[in-house]
Amino acid sequence: MEYVIAFLVGGAICAVVQLLMDKTKLMPGRIMVLLVVTGAVLGSIGIYEPFTEWAGAGASVPLLGFGNVLWKGVKKGVETEGLLGLIKGGLSASSAGISAALIFGYLASIFSKPKMKK
Amino acid sequence: MNTEQQKKIYQQYIKEVTPSHNIWMNMLKAFFVGGLICLIGQILMHWFLSMNMSKEEAGSWVSVCLIGASILLTSFHLFGSIAKFGGAGVLVPITGFANSVAAPAIEYKKEGQVFGIGVNIFTISGPVILYGIFSSWVLGILYYVLQMTGIMGGM
Repeated sequence: MEYVIAFLVGGAICAVVQLLMDKTKLMPGRIMVLLVVTGAVLGSIGIYEPFTEWAGAGASVPLLGFGNVLWKGVKKGVETEGLLGLIKGGLSASSAGISAALIFGYLASIFSKPKMKK
Repeated sequence: MNTEQQKKIYQQYIKEVTPSHNIWMNMLKAFFVGGLICLIGQILMHWFLSMNMSKEEAGSWVSVCLIGASILLTSFHLFGSIAKFGGAGVLVPITGFANSVAAPAIEYKKEGQVFGIGVNIFTISGPVILYGIFSSWVLGILYYVLQMTGIMGGM
């Protein structure tokens, strides 16, 4: 059942964003920024965490979930370290994803050749 | 610019704006591909949780795996065709973020380590990280103030 919910919810989020993209012609970069910021806002008003509890990877894998992770990090930081945590929290919580993307991305750029234009 | 020219430009604009593909078909593809990626994420999640990890740890590992897989696809130039088919279905999950890091880094490697790879690896991920960090920081300030003033319950 969890698998079905993850598939349906994740798919639904992507379909809605696809509609938004087709209607507004927003560039992928803007869409990604929009998703992450929206995720952080939804997290901060207490909506996204219960949603993730229910939908699992269907909610955490989309970039909205990345925004929620940033918010969760900041929240935890504030609660444990106060003002310093406010600054550290976001990157601490998202460090695995960001660092992995940079490290693997760099390795890819070393080993892979740019695609020839046809 | 005379009106004739403006008309032409306007008509061209209309042609560009009018979708050539069926929006419903695009949504269906995005739904299917996006759903599939999240399903893979859920399977990985269960697998990591079965290794006695905390939810946070398992979630991080899921992200790392999906990022690694999509960068592998990017470096074999397979990501593009999947993205062409799936549209938002691959863009919206963390896979889109991973591709946005690796693809420009590969594309601009000829321009050198620093100004080629180093700069372009952040072309799209830079804004995403910047606005993500900044907005969560702003929200964090609100949370901090609310806690200080006792509006929101104790720590």
